[in-house]
Amino acid sequence: MMRFIRSAWVIARRDFSATVLSKTFIFFLLAPLFPLLFGGVFSSISARVAAQNQRPVVAVIGSRADFQKLNAARGQLADTLGDDHLLRLIGYSPEPNLAAQQQRLLASRAPPVRAVLSGPLDHPQLVGGGDPGTVGQLRLLISNALAGSVSKEPDLPIRDVGPSSGALSSDRTDTAQIAQTILFILTLMLSTMVLSQLIEEKSNKVIEVIAAAIPIDAMFVGKLFAMLSASVLALIVWMTSGALLIQLVKHGGVQTLPVPAVGWPVFLTLSVIYFAMNYLLFGAAFLIIGAQASTAREVQTMSLPATFAQVLLFGFAATSIGNPNSLSGIAAALFPLSSPMAMLARAAQEPELWPHLAGIVWQAIWIAIILKLGAQLFRKTVLKSGPKIPWWRFGRA
Amino acid sequence: MYAVEAIDLVKDFGETRAVDGVSLRVPAGSIFGLLGPNGAGKTTTLRMLLGIIDPSSGTRLVLGRERPLEAAPEIGYLPEERGLYPAMHARDAIAFMGALRGLPLAEGRRRADALLAEHNLGDWARKSIRTLSKGMAQTVQLLGTIVHKPRLIVLDEPFSGLDAINQARLEEMIRREARAGVTVIFSTHVIAHAERLCEEIAIIAKGKVAFDGGVDEARSRLRPIVRLRTRASEGPWLDAIPANARREGGEFVFELPEGGPEPLLKALIDGGAGIETLAIERPGLHDAFVAIAGAKAAEAMAQEKPQ
Repeated sequence: MMRFIRSAWVIARRDFSATVLSKTFIFFLLAPLFPLLFGGVFSSISARVAAQNQRPVVAVIGSRADFQKLNAARGQLADTLGDDHLLRLIGYSPEPNLAAQQQRLLASRAPPVRAVLSGPLDHPQLVGGGDPGTVGQLRLLISNALAGSVSKEPDLPIRDVGPSSGALSSDRTDTAQIAQTILFILTLMLSTMVLSQLIEEKSNKVIEVIAAAIPIDAMFVGKLFAMLSASVLALIVWMTSGALLIQLVKHGGVQTLPVPAVGWPVFLTLSVIYFAMNYLLFGAAFLIIGAQASTAREVQTMSLPATFAQVLLFGFAATSIGNPNSLSGIAAALFPLSSPMAMLARAAQEPELWPHLAGIVWQAIWIAIILKLGAQLFRKTVLKSGPKIPWWRFGRA
Repeated sequence: MYAVEAIDLVKDFGETRAVDGVSLRVPAGSIFGLLGPNGAGKTTTLRMLLGIIDPSSGTRLVLGRERPLEAAPEIGYLPEERGLYPAMHARDAIAFMGALRGLPLAEGRRRADALLAEHNLGDWARKSIRTLSKGMAQTVQLLGTIVHKPRLIVLDEPFSGLDAINQARLEEMIRREARAGVTVIFSTHVIAHAERLCEEIAIIAKGKVAFDGGVDEARSRLRPIVRLRTRASEGPWLDAIPANARREGGEFVFELPEGGPEPLLKALIDGGAGIETLAIERPGLHDAFVAIAGAKAAEAMAQEKPQ
């Protein structure tokens, strides 16, 4: 056993340093940051532009008192609906020539006045671009301004009892969905790389040297963990450099997500474990499929079906969201390749911890099974080894 | 005491039988040659002995173990198709091969530097394999094969692709290792190497062992060869020459008859053959090979020689 681990370690060390210390790895690290960076820059620019554009300005000509009432009514609405959605009001004292003043204000570009409101509040008059949104808002503001002078806001006592169960479970579904999607995307991005892991050894014949020295299983394990470590390294880089960006772009960030059923610390720990499990499961499967390929072209051809298989399994795992104890939810948790995704969703929704222990053990067993079968398949088809075994006895040899 | 014992190894690839019941015994500390044309089953036999592939039937015992991989730390193997990671530095490649066989990496690097310096490749220790010439890369791989000081070295066609100087160096290395008590098994289709190096050989043809034993023993299976050139072309002395003699450019070539040289000489002189040249040669391994493996196998070997 010690020799097995040491052999796997020799392979893992070589693969890890060959991957991480290559120049291309820098591009690998930078690649996902580009869309994030551009996305962040453009969305913040467009948000600012939108904020300036979307609020039409209405000039109000009238007494100071009227304008204050109108502005108070606007303030009240802004508290409920958000300032971004309301008209901007600018007050002007009336001039002797009303028509000339109206014309001048409408022609002015700073600020770009859309319409001019004039007259007392109980006899208002609007000149200029009267689109339905602007007119509607003005009507509401005027009636509130008039009403505000006579009545107070009704009193609504609030007793806080925490979020209702209905709201919480539907919110937790969001957490489950987001966590599952992130897990899926990360595995999708990272695990198809494993397909080509053996091409190098096969094309430059190092495989012969390795196969003569260590068991094939140890080589597979070494390669898989090397890629997992490289992926985790990349994730750490992406997360630290991405966290700032996310904080900039997203207002509430992660804090707005509801607490998962098992609590944040356990949930995050489980996320890491299930990412590793998901990666190892898909990676083991892909490593073995890819090991059969002898050229880079074959690997490329294989990668599309491999991606679709992952999407399919993601869809299967997604059925567990909302009701992890349904038949399909349990099936998704039991089927090895969808198990980590389904179990992570469960962690967001259900508080029990023991199913996770069972799930992790179950997944680890399957990683071992896939690698064991893969090593046999490799010895048989690639190294052309062993006595003839009928396929129905394949697993027992 | 045998370093390697194989009993009745059989290997089928699909419908074709590549190795058909090979049995070998390699004494510990000897240099053992595996001779035969390409496709005879040499590489497949070696791969079975090393545990890269499992035989379809038959057993093997390598350094006393039934599973050769368990003995891996004590074995060094140079495959026929050489392979190194092109991006690795020469010293790292050697250390990596050692590490695969259980040698700690730091120690592997230290020994790699020493070995490279010994072979005048010290300047290349920190250059990537990609930049090395083919011959240098082969030397690097050979050093990687012995860096962990194995007790058994298996070399598959080690001489192919090497120039004369490097072939001589390799022969010297094999002898040096054998003197230190290491068992060396190598395969070749060039008989001269086996003749110079080996104490024991096995001749493999069509997946079977056609001969197994000492080089002298292989030779002694044949009678000495007589090469004769005469001035006369006709005469009663012709009766003394065996019927199966070949004519090679005016020379008679035939096996020395049972009676020995004396009756032959007497008949030639009495018959007035006019002996121009006469040579009685001990048969070479090549002749033995022809006799043992058959003319066809020998022809196949000859065709591969340009390599």
